[in-house]
Amino acid sequence: MSQTATDPRHLRTPPKRQLRLSWADERVRAIVWQVLIVGAVIGVIWWLVRNTQHNLEVRRIATGFGFLQREAGLPIGEALIEYTPASTYLRALTVGVLNTLKVAVIGIVLATIFGTLIGIARLSRNWLLSKIAAVYVELIRDVPLLLQLLFWYTILQSLPGPRQALNPAAGVFLSNRGLKLPFLDWQPAHSWALLAFVVGCVATWLFAKAMRRRQMQDGQPRRIWPAALGFMLGLPLVVWLAGGAPTAIDWPELRGFNFRGGMTVTPEYFALLIGLTTYTAGFIAEIVRAGILAVPHGQWEAAQALGLRSGTVLRQIVLPQALRVIVPPMTSQYLNLTKNSSLAVAIGYQDIVSIANTTLNQTGQAIEGIAIIMLVYLSISLSISFFMNWYNSRIALVER
Amino acid sequence: MSDIPLTTSVAGVPEAAAPRQPPALTTGPAAWLRANLFSSWLNTAVTLVLGYFIVRYAISFVDWAFINAIWSVENNQTQACRALKASADPGACWAVITEKHRFILFGTYPYEEHWRPAIVCLLFTGLYIVSAMRRFWRWELAIIWAVTLITIGILMWGGVFGLSYVPQERWGGLPITLILATFGLAFAFPLAILVALGRRSSMPAIRVLCIAYVELIRGVPLISLLFMASVMFPLFLPEGLNIDKLLRAQVAVILFAGAYLAEVVRGGLQALPKGQYEAAEALGLSYWQKTGFIILPQALRLVIPPLVNTFIGFFKDTSLVLIIGIFDLLTAGKTAIVEPAWQGFGVEVYIAISVIYFIYCFAMSRYSQNLEAELNRHRVR
Repeated sequence: MSQTATDPRHLRTPPKRQLRLSWADERVRAIVWQVLIVGAVIGVIWWLVRNTQHNLEVRRIATGFGFLQREAGLPIGEALIEYTPASTYLRALTVGVLNTLKVAVIGIVLATIFGTLIGIARLSRNWLLSKIAAVYVELIRDVPLLLQLLFWYTILQSLPGPRQALNPAAGVFLSNRGLKLPFLDWQPAHSWALLAFVVGCVATWLFAKAMRRRQMQDGQPRRIWPAALGFMLGLPLVVWLAGGAPTAIDWPELRGFNFRGGMTVTPEYFALLIGLTTYTAGFIAEIVRAGILAVPHGQWEAAQALGLRSGTVLRQIVLPQALRVIVPPMTSQYLNLTKNSSLAVAIGYQDIVSIANTTLNQTGQAIEGIAIIMLVYLSISLSISFFMNWYNSRIALVER
Repeated sequence: MSDIPLTTSVAGVPEAAAPRQPPALTTGPAAWLRANLFSSWLNTAVTLVLGYFIVRYAISFVDWAFINAIWSVENNQTQACRALKASADPGACWAVITEKHRFILFGTYPYEEHWRPAIVCLLFTGLYIVSAMRRFWRWELAIIWAVTLITIGILMWGGVFGLSYVPQERWGGLPITLILATFGLAFAFPLAILVALGRRSSMPAIRVLCIAYVELIRGVPLISLLFMASVMFPLFLPEGLNIDKLLRAQVAVILFAGAYLAEVVRGGLQALPKGQYEAAEALGLSYWQKTGFIILPQALRLVIPPLVNTFIGFFKDTSLVLIIGIFDLLTAGKTAIVEPAWQGFGVEVYIAISVIYFIYCFAMSRYSQNLEAELNRHRVR
């Protein structure tokens, strides 16, 4: 290394050429082209901005985000935070962002589980199972998502009313008002137990990291699962018991023409969730299948020849290699799911697009409304790809 | 030799081996069933459970879709359909398709002129088939496209050759879907190539512009672009200049597709070995000669399968124009069931439309798989 660094031949740089002011010099050409193209782009943007300013003046539309503080007056069916029509537009848009996140996060989790199962089923040695998975993937992927959403929504709406609701299990009611589920009568103790669970997960992670470091030093593997069990289950349990161990469950009941109590999943949210999950699962299944097939069979055999147990082979040999193939396309599927959740507007689920659209119709603030939609999605997309890139770089092959 | 007795028997060795069983069958339907469906008790259980559900649901689906179905009714009298729907043994009401299929396929196009959009759909389909055949992959294909697209324009608008003029507001249904998809691709593809080249350019300003365009478009949903086209675009233009809504949506679709296709093309440009670029430069070719004769023909060939997959995604995405109220196939289907007599038969209409989308997308996806196998044949040993 030191030889090459001192070798004078490697220190030589190509001779500097004089910049000649001639069309024959490619550097001059490059500068001219760039100036021309950037100039043209700036010119077009300037022209559009001037037109827009003029049009706004003619139509007497005031620009700016002042409208965010005004009273919205638009009713929102489901909100994660407190909201009334008397709240401001800013509050309404926040509700919309939270609704988008609610469907995107749960959709991503469900689609990953469901898609992985189908991907594995397609590789199954059982002919019937693999054919069913293949037919599912082809059917789902070749029909537009919007059409599928409308289809699910129509089916959910054509269900019987609350009085004749389907009752597949005790306390579970499915009617044209949505899905009703029994749910815990939420007490502060539950919140504390949930918090304890999160703390337990972090503690487990730190503990596993410390144990891994110790293993690197002396080569002795250490058991992690007893401590993990204690942290993740024991801690919340203790907190829950300390909080008085509330077990009351809120059962949905038919009162008059509708249900009271329990947890409600609205038909709009339910249709959107089913549609997004089943659609994205079709794509994830193919990604998982390709990832597993990408690991050569010799890797299994070599690991078995070393005498490793099959669980260890899967976790330590096959999965890390398959994940390298799976993660980048999976990222774009997560991004797609999030962006596709904007189709909610077609079936009346009030996500950010739907609420921003109503806002811009009510106030006439078209530019601001669309800018808000784009900004929200850009930040969600960038956060997801940032996280997945970080994860991808962690599991990527480390080469010299 | 002859004095060796033939019956040398050693203790413990049987004199004549018992006739052995023939090995288990490895070919034939019985063996196939055993290997693929009943190889272990778990496999058998899975097969039986799945088989039970398939048979059960297939029977009720056939009952619903064919045996109990009503295929036509007179004068929009849908009482029979509604009674059937509410009964314990429900059936499909395909009468809604029989009654409304012309509307779903061609929208509000003048009824007696429906042969024109029908021919347009056939022309589009023919154009896809011709473009898919490798023997037509040459520059004459561009002429075929130009001629076909002009013919389509003449047929849709009319006003010449004795065809009556049909304004754009009356177009609808399948032709709109095909127009959005085809023109979208025809314009997005060259744009995508330019952007992909720009993103790998050595000129920093151009590279930054291309990256900004691609990342911005890919970061937002298509709906927000369509909203922009329908709400914001009129504000951008000088007063008096009004662009038709369909054209605005088309521009949004082109910009959207351009960004996605650019990334696919860039993948091909990156996959090409560096030696190809250097060899082309060593021959003294200019940038455009190098790109046109050496780089693009190889790079595009590498990415044909992902390109077709992007096309499929894109064909499906044209259905999103429903949200800004453009009358494509899906919008026509949704409008067909607004009429009170036909309300509540959404499932049948959506299934029928799904079949149309499925035929186009499935054909493209099969084509892409075959093409991939064909193009990779030299790599498979």
